[in-house]
Amino acid sequence: MRLTQGTFSFLPDLTDEQIGAQVEYCLRNGWAVAIEYTDDPHPRNSYWEMFGLPMFDVRDAAGVMTELRSCRQVFPEHYIKVNAFDSSHGRESLRLSFIVSRPAREPGFRLDRQEGPGRTMRYSTHSYATDRPTGERY
Amino acid sequence: MKVIDERAGAKTAKTGAARYKAGVLKYAQMGYWNPDYVPKETDILALFRITPQEGVEPEEAAAAVAGESSTATWTVVWTDRLTACDRYRAKAFRVDPVPGSAGQYFAYIAYDLDLFEPGSIANVSASIIGNVFGFKPLKALRLEDMRFPAAYVKTFPGPPTGIVVERERLDKFGRPLLGATVKPKLGLSGKNYGRVVYEALRGGLDFTKDDENINSQPFMHWRDRFLYCMEAVNRAQAATGEVKGTYLNVTAGTMEAMYERAEFAKELGSVIVMIDLVIGYTAIQSMSNWARRNDMILHLHRAGHSTYTRQKTHGVSFRVISKWMRLAGIDHIHAGTVVGKLEGDPNSVQGFYNVLREEHNQVDLQRGIFFDQDWCGLRGVMPVASGGIHAGQMHQLLHYLGEDVVLQFGGGTIGHPMGIVAGAEANRVALEAMVLARNEGRDIWNEGPDILQKAARHCVPLQAALDVWGEITFNYESTDTPDFVPTATAAA
Repeated sequence: MRLTQGTFSFLPDLTDEQIGAQVEYCLRNGWAVAIEYTDDPHPRNSYWEMFGLPMFDVRDAAGVMTELRSCRQVFPEHYIKVNAFDSSHGRESLRLSFIVSRPAREPGFRLDRQEGPGRTMRYSTHSYATDRPTGERY
Repeated sequence: MKVIDERAGAKTAKTGAARYKAGVLKYAQMGYWNPDYVPKETDILALFRITPQEGVEPEEAAAAVAGESSTATWTVVWTDRLTACDRYRAKAFRVDPVPGSAGQYFAYIAYDLDLFEPGSIANVSASIIGNVFGFKPLKALRLEDMRFPAAYVKTFPGPPTGIVVERERLDKFGRPLLGATVKPKLGLSGKNYGRVVYEALRGGLDFTKDDENINSQPFMHWRDRFLYCMEAVNRAQAATGEVKGTYLNVTAGTMEAMYERAEFAKELGSVIVMIDLVIGYTAIQSMSNWARRNDMILHLHRAGHSTYTRQKTHGVSFRVISKWMRLAGIDHIHAGTVVGKLEGDPNSVQGFYNVLREEHNQVDLQRGIFFDQDWCGLRGVMPVASGGIHAGQMHQLLHYLGEDVVLQFGGGTIGHPMGIVAGAEANRVALEAMVLARNEGRDIWNEGPDILQKAARHCVPLQAALDVWGEITFNYESTDTPDFVPTATAAA
């Protein structure tokens, strides 16, 4: 399967040049760019690991791309995403978030069902990869 | 009707004993026209478009609207003198001719805050539109806009979720959300209905939606629909790794039945429920409270609104309905597409969107916004664009409507020649390609068709969608256009 979280997952994987252009756009808007990674891509996993703090003071895309390259080096088989944080009043949240690296093989998720009364069902989304300890998943 | 004073002074308020002598006075003489009045910061303001009958002065017509929407009746009553009636009287304080529309006037009316119950849209609407729309001295009357003071805005809790928190819950940023209404909207069994939901979500949409009249019918009872839809949502979630939702319409004949349906939707793990505008303002506020208690996104379908929002001379503008609904507290509302099959002038629609989304609206006559409105921290409502839109219009939709919007392609997903999954994929690819290009600094308005064609090279379903619908447009002149542009703007 292909995990389709993030703003651009339905497009072919972005080149570094394309990623750089999106980072430029975020910086032009005054947003802080951050890099996060995980090997637990459950749709409700709100907290991917932070690769350092959001880069509040980095004002050029090259700096962000350097960070991204080192993240990829350390975590070649993890999901990595680029986030852009807008601290302006009323938003104070992400404005863009897109996957920039993914493992070579994505086993995806299993849907577990627990039958309840009246035909009701309790569903649980189970990531195959998380059966193994973190760091050994992909 | 015998009018006591037809002479000069008909526009001047009478005072003292002359004011309260039994009989009939003009509304202006009763004190409802006051051109010197300076509205207080705490006043509620309303702007009406009035079309007086022949021979009725616009000031008198404005005074009549002010009177009948506040304290007046047709004759003088001495019991006014038991009250602080000068304060409770609404004041028409300004009348302007409508540019380019002879016989029509914009009347500005100020209402004291004490005239309204805190936190009640039912009360606001009963006051402002309750009694005056059938008034004989007027040929037609339209409520164009309102300004709510901070003191009143803060009596409403507002949207239970709001744009920002909805995005955080769904983990979807930087692009419009995508949805589709299940079609045919009537007749499918629960099992077949769930199939459409599954295919559309699995293919790439974020949401699917019940239509306004899907409640509990012989062909599909509501429990069946909810159970099959949630199976579809969860299957699609596991297949894609994304949070998915389907707006389960809980509209029913009674409040008790709506609560029962909403509770069941919650039990099954739905992230969103839906109601129709026709359930009424009080029911909407009750469902808003329920949604807030249960961390549920609340979608509102504006069923019925065109009966009173579409015609320019009579009714209530949708920008007023938008303001009322943001106060009442909903998270999604259908607010127009500009380019689709339903009424929607670009400027007017952008005006509605701004009312729903901005923290503070500035006066913007081109978009029909007559007042500054501070929303005082009330969360933003996500507008929904639905009705006759397709992937080939993606650049226009993004240009007109921006990012914080749900784009709903019903026919444009389900009617795809290669099937529903392909239809959903085509829409999602078109959207992501357009957002990517816009962020790169491309001129999507002019290069849009080219961007779509290039994206279609790696997406066969998008190519098929462009081949089938690429040229489809709905080019009709809009009815509900702002008055402060030289001509009606045509839908692109």
